[in-house]
Amino acid sequence: MAEYLLSMSAFVLLMVALGLVRVARGPGYADRMMAAQLLGSGAIGVLLLFGAATGETAVVDVALTLALLAAFASIAFVQYVPTLDSTPPDAEPGPANTPGEGRP
Amino acid sequence: MTAVVSVGIVLLLVVLGLWTVVARAAFLAIAGFVAYGLLLALVWVRLAGVDVALTEAAIGGGLTGALLIGAASRLRGTEARCEAERCAPATRGLALLLSALVSIGLMVCVLLLPDPPPTLAPEVAQAMPATAVGNPITSVLLAFRALDTLLEAIVLVIALIGVWSMSPDKAWGGRPGSPQAVDPNGTLAYFARLLPPIGLVIGVYVFWAGADHPGGKFQGATMLAAMWMLMQMAGLADAPPVGHRGWRAAIAAGPLAFIAVGLLGVFTAGGFLAYPEGWAKPLIVVVEVALMPTLVLVLGLLLAGPAAREAHR
Amino acid sequence: MNWLLDVFSAIAVAGGAFFYLAGTVGLLRFPDAYTRLHALAKADNLGLALIVLGLLPQVGSVLAGLKLVLIWLLVLLSGAAVSQLIARAARRRERQP
Repeated sequence: MAEYLLSMSAFVLLMVALGLVRVARGPGYADRMMAAQLLGSGAIGVLLLFGAATGETAVVDVALTLALLAAFASIAFVQYVPTLDSTPPDAEPGPANTPGEGRP
Repeated sequence: MTAVVSVGIVLLLVVLGLWTVVARAAFLAIAGFVAYGLLLALVWVRLAGVDVALTEAAIGGGLTGALLIGAASRLRGTEARCEAERCAPATRGLALLLSALVSIGLMVCVLLLPDPPPTLAPEVAQAMPATAVGNPITSVLLAFRALDTLLEAIVLVIALIGVWSMSPDKAWGGRPGSPQAVDPNGTLAYFARLLPPIGLVIGVYVFWAGADHPGGKFQGATMLAAMWMLMQMAGLADAPPVGHRGWRAAIAAGPLAFIAVGLLGVFTAGGFLAYPEGWAKPLIVVVEVALMPTLVLVLGLLLAGPAAREAHR
Repeated sequence: MNWLLDVFSAIAVAGGAFFYLAGTVGLLRFPDAYTRLHALAKADNLGLALIVLGLLPQVGSVLAGLKLVLIWLLVLLSGAAVSQLIARAARRRERQP
């Protein structure tokens, strides 16, 4: 069972590594911002499987910390991108906020 | 199979590190660096350093990204010029040579370590029951090397003073950062209302579990500081004014309590920061509880930055 | 009885790994940022859920099992909020000239 869980964690790690290719290539900011999110949930999966495989119960606390703070870096990225223009970070991209667009 | 996982993590780390160094835009480098920090937490777990993995996950996964993004947004004006700079090939060659030499030197040192490596772990294991604390890291940090922990706390406060000293003269004493224009009914505000209570419980749990399991005040304080920063980013709380005496007193209270416990040790146990017989655990708890608010405030204020708005009367 | 739980764990963890695979394939092959976000969310929600479900019989106590479920709920919550924010940021960048 432990060997099986370890091989599953290696598989999830491989998936995360492949996902990072998109982060490196992806045109546009959104693809890069997915880095923190992808790595966060991937690392949590790897940590949980690893903890169960080795029997070390404290590893679940590391996964808990990551789960809590995974969103934090992504939110900081999202706050940064709009400093390149003038609209506030959380505003709806609707007609009130984008100038000069003809809408039905 | 564990070897495969380890080799995989190491390869991924090397590739990510190279990408972070090579990326020209600040934003890309920061994304790579945050990813690198998250992977380092996995490395620490592989090396059986779960306490360090907790700290790396808390700081590398959360605070470092926000701190670097804040720095990058302040440097926005110079970024175009930075990206257009090109070094002479000789400079690059020299930098490559020096980096390679340092890396090879480190590898040689690690591979030539005596086997078993010199360590004080057996002595710590023998002396630990006297401190009545189950986690050896906590016993080292707060009993055997308590002086280091005290000095670290003071260094953090000095770093905060350094950050505050960068405020422009007319903003001295005011609040850091500009007020966030965030939709109060939007996703970010909703998230910032929902997560901090959960984060508070988990932060205090990790702090309390540090006595016998991996954890401790630093990891717990990092989580609480991150929750506070989330509330500030969503506009639900505002950064405190830098000149306010109450906040400054709260920050100074932690190291002062620690120093008081140390002086108590001079009179009752024969040395600065020595603990009298049987009083080790209560005194350790007192020190940890006193340092926790200081750490939360200092970490949160370090992220908020120097004062930027004028102080009101 | 024990081997039945082990088989259940093995199947659930394999299912979780499959959804991580699906999420990664989507992330690499979908045409634009919004569809990629959708694929990423599948890995978060379903992949981690099946892994947590598979590990529940393996943990020693009810408290540890509750911790696993709490981790999954936190990832669900932060994934949902962050996907919304990233999608809006991408939409706003798109509308810039």
